Amino acid sequence: MKTKVLDADGLRRTVNRLSHEVVEKNKGVKDVVLVGIRTRGEFLAHRVAKKIAEIENMNVQVGILDITLYRDDLRGRLDQPELKSSEILFDIRGKVIVLIDDVLFTGRTIRSALNALMDLGRPSEIQLLVLVDRGHRELPIKADYVGKNVPTAREQKVQVAMTETDEEDAVYLVENDDKENGQ
Amino acid sequence: MKLHLKSGRLIDPIKGKDVVTDMLIVDGRIERLGTSLSSDKSFEVIDLKNKIIAPGFIDMHVHLREPGYEHKETIETGCGSAAAGGFTAVCCMPNTNPAIDEESVVRYVQEEGRRATGGLVDVFPIAAASKGRKGEELSPMAELAKAGAVAFSDDGSPIANAELMRRIFEYSSMYNLPVIQHAEESTMTKNGLMNEGFESTRLGMPSIPPIAEELMIVRDIVLLRYIPRAKYHIAHISTIGSIDCVRRAKAEKLNITCEAAPHHFTLTDEAVGSFDTNLKMNPPLRTKADVQAIKEALRDGIIDVIASDHAPHTIDEKEVEFAQAPFGIVGLETAIGLSITELVHQKYLTLIQLIEKFSVNPRRILSLPTINIQEGELANLTLLDPNIKWTVDIQLFKSKSKNSPFHGRSLKGKAIGIINNGKTYFAK
Amino acid sequence: MKLQSRHLLGLEGMSKEDITLILDTAASFKEILERPIKKVPPLQGKTIVNLFFESSTRTRISFELAERRLSADVVNFAASGSSVNKGETLKDTARNIEAMKIDMVVIRHSASGAPHFLTRVVKANVINAGDGAHEHPTQALLDMMTLREKHGSLEGLRICIVGDILHSRVALSNIYGLKTMGAEISVCGPATLIPRNIEDLGVRVYHRLEDIIPHVDALNVLRIQLERQKSGLFPSLREYHRYFGVTKEKVDRALKPITIMHPGPINRDVELSADLADGPHSVILEQVTNGEAIRMSVLYLLGTSN
Repeated sequence: MKTKVLDADGLRRTVNRLSHEVVEKNKGVKDVVLVGIRTRGEFLAHRVAKKIAEIENMNVQVGILDITLYRDDLRGRLDQPELKSSEILFDIRGKVIVLIDDVLFTGRTIRSALNALMDLGRPSEIQLLVLVDRGHRELPIKADYVGKNVPTAREQKVQVAMTETDEEDAVYLVENDDKENGQ
Repeated sequence: MKLHLKSGRLIDPIKGKDVVTDMLIVDGRIERLGTSLSSDKSFEVIDLKNKIIAPGFIDMHVHLREPGYEHKETIETGCGSAAAGGFTAVCCMPNTNPAIDEESVVRYVQEEGRRATGGLVDVFPIAAASKGRKGEELSPMAELAKAGAVAFSDDGSPIANAELMRRIFEYSSMYNLPVIQHAEESTMTKNGLMNEGFESTRLGMPSIPPIAEELMIVRDIVLLRYIPRAKYHIAHISTIGSIDCVRRAKAEKLNITCEAAPHHFTLTDEAVGSFDTNLKMNPPLRTKADVQAIKEALRDGIIDVIASDHAPHTIDEKEVEFAQAPFGIVGLETAIGLSITELVHQKYLTLIQLIEKFSVNPRRILSLPTINIQEGELANLTLLDPNIKWTVDIQLFKSKSKNSPFHGRSLKGKAIGIINNGKTYFAK
Repeated sequence: MKLQSRHLLGLEGMSKEDITLILDTAASFKEILERPIKKVPPLQGKTIVNLFFESSTRTRISFELAERRLSADVVNFAASGSSVNKGETLKDTARNIEAMKIDMVVIRHSASGAPHFLTRVVKANVINAGDGAHEHPTQALLDMMTLREKHGSLEGLRICIVGDILHSRVALSNIYGLKTMGAEISVCGPATLIPRNIEDLGVRVYHRLEDIIPHVDALNVLRIQLERQKSGLFPSLREYHRYFGVTKEKVDRALKPITIMHPGPINRDVELSADLADGPHSVILEQVTNGEAIRMSVLYLLGTSN
C-alpha cells in the first residue's frame, strides 16, 4: 500500500522554500557550497543550486558524496554496496557546507557523511538539509532545513521519486513487511 | 594353523589353471586341493565364493625407509602395510641411511623383515649399484648378491655416468641380477616439480620434461645392446616415448623389462593444479595420453610389472609448499585396488594378466623361486575380492605415513588376505 | 555485488564480472588518492599481515599504503631475519599468524601455489602478491586498469608481452585476465624463455619484435633477470637488448603510438630503452598509481565481504 505524501507541485514548492531558507539563514550564499549524498541527495542539491542561482543570481558549487566506505553496516551485508566515487572538485576548507539528503531517518547516513566530509578537509560549518524527516533517530542529529516532517511507523518506508531517475516527482509512504530495509 | 579355503576361484598363470576349488592348508603347507573337500572342526573355514586365490603378490618397488628414516616408515610398519595391501613379498630400495650397499645392511633388512613379520611378508633387499648410491664406484655386487640382494639400483638417483653404467651392466651380469634404473637425465630436471607441458605452463611451475626419462632409457638401451647378457629393468616408466623405446628394444629381444606405478595410470598432471603435495612424485604425473599409453602397454605386455613405488613421508614433510615437499606417495595399500578398478574392470587386463604383473613376472625378473600351488608346497597366496566396493581411507592405513592422493577415492576390488610361511593376514 | 571467492589467488578462472567489479571499484578509490587526506575507514579494526618470503619493496609498499589508506592495522613479516630462516615452515608461520587473530594475509612467495597452500591452513582471507612463476593477480589487474583508462576498453585490444615469459607470473596473470576481458594476446621473446604449449592458452608466439609491433596497441615489457644468462637461457644482455629490447627505433616503425608498460623495476636500455620508458606513450607511472587503487579495491572487496 502506497500513500502519496507529496506530489510534483508540492515537491517543487518545498525545494523553493528550502532554497530561500538556505539563502536567508546564511545571509546570501558567499562561501556556501552544496554537497548531495548519492543518489537522490545529489539530484536535490542540483535543484537547490538552480533555485539559488535564480534567487541570488549567483552560482553555488555542488559536490557529490559517496558514503559507502563510511557506512557502519558495510561488513556483514550479504550484498556489498557498489562503491562509487565522490565528486567534490573544490576545496571545502573554510566553506559552509549544506549537506543534502532526501530522507532523514536513523541519522546513520548523516553520521557517515560527516566523517567522510571531515576526511576531505575542515569546513567552517556543516548544515543539514533534508526533503523528508521521518523520525526514529538513533543518533543525536537534527536537520537545519526540513522539507516535510512525515510521521511514520518504523516498518514503513518512505520512497522519494525524482524525475532524474524515476518516472515522476513525488514522495510516498509505503507499508513494508521487510523491516530490515525500512527507510 | 589349519585352514579350509572354500569354493575359491584359483587362478594360477604358471600352471594355466582357472578353477573353482577348495584348499586345505595345514601348518603353512597345501595339504589338499580339490572340489568340495571336507574338513573337521579343527579347520578354520574361509568362504571364498566369488573370490580369487592367486599366487602371492610381490611389490618389487618399495621404500621401507629403515635404516635411517624410521620416522617415515620402518620395516615392521612397511611390511604391515604390504600385508594389508595384499602382498606376501616386497623388494625394498637401497636409498636408506646407510644405503644398502654392503652385506651387513642387506642382512639386517632381511632379518628385521623376518623378525617383524615372522615370514608373513618376505623382504627382498635391492642393493645399491654404486657405493653410497653416489654414482661413482661399483658397489660390492658379489658380496651383496651372496647376502641376498635380488637386484641392483641407485633408485631415487639415476646412474648418470655412462661409463659406470656400462661397468654395472658387465659386473651384475655375472650374477644374473637385474639393474633397475631410475631413468632420468638429471641435467634436464634441475628444480623440476611436475611434468613439462601445458599444465606446468598453466601453473608456472618448474618442470621435468618427459624426454629426460626417455633420453636415459635410450642411452641404457644402447649400452644393453653392447652388453646383452646384462638384465635391465626400468623403474616406474611413465611416458609414451619411454614405452616406445621399450617396445622396440623388446622386439630386438634385449634383456629389458619395466614396471609402472598405479599413480601413473590413474592420475594426470591436470590434478597438480590443486597444489596438493601428494601429487608430487618423481617421475611426475604425466598427461592423459601417457596414462592411456601405459594402460595399453600393460595390456600388450610391454610393461611387465605393476609396482607401487611406495614412498612414505610424514605429514609434516608433506604439508608444505609444493616446491619444498619431498617426492613420492605411499602405495602398498592402494596398488591392487587401483589396478583392479582401472585395469581389470576397464578391460585392459584379465585377472590372469593382473596376477602375472603382480606375481609371476616380477618373481621371474628377480630370479625368485616360482610359487607352486600344489599339494605339498608351502602356501604363498594372495586372496582377492575383485568386486568389493570400498573407499580409500588414509586413517586406516597400516603404513606409518599417510601421504596418498587417493584418500576418499572409491574403488572396486581389493586383496582380502594373504597366506605365507604358515602365517596369515585377513582384512577385517 | 560481491566477488565469487573470499581469496584472491589468481586470475585464472576469474569471471569477467569479478574483474570488472575490481576495476570499477579501483576507479572509485583512485579519486580518494587525489584527496588531501587519503584515508578512509572501511577496514577499521581489521588486521592485515604482509607475509613477504621474497623481497619486493615496491609491491610490499604498495600493499601497505593501500592497507593503511583503508584504515587497517598492518603488520609486516619479511622472511629475512624472521624465524623462516631458522627452519620454521610456512605452515607454522601461518598457524602463529592465525593465533594472532589476523584477518587478512598478503603473501609473496617463491613457490607456485604457496598462497593456495595457505588457504588450507589459515582462516584469513589470502591475497596472492606473487607466487613463483605462477600468478601475480594485482599486477595484472593494475595493468588492465591502466590499459582500460588509456584505451577505453579491453575488448579487442591487442597486447604483446615481451621478454622472459617462462619465469613470469606477471605474464601468466596478464594472459588469464586479459583473455577473459576479450583482449588479443601475443608473447615475444627468445625461444628459451617461452614455456612449452603456451599457444594452448590462446596466445600467439613471436621471436622477432619487428613481426608483432605493427599489430599491437600496447607492449608490456618484462624485466629480464641476469640469472637467466647464467643458467644458459640467453647469451648476453647485449644480445638480448639488440634483439629483444624494446627501443624507440623498433616502436617507431609501427607508425602509430604504442602504449608502453613495464611492471618495474626497469633495467633501462636492456629490455626497454630509457627514451621509451620516459616517453609520451609510457604509462609506467600510471601503473604505479593504479597499483595502489587496485590493491585498495581488492582489500576492500575481500575485507568487507565477510
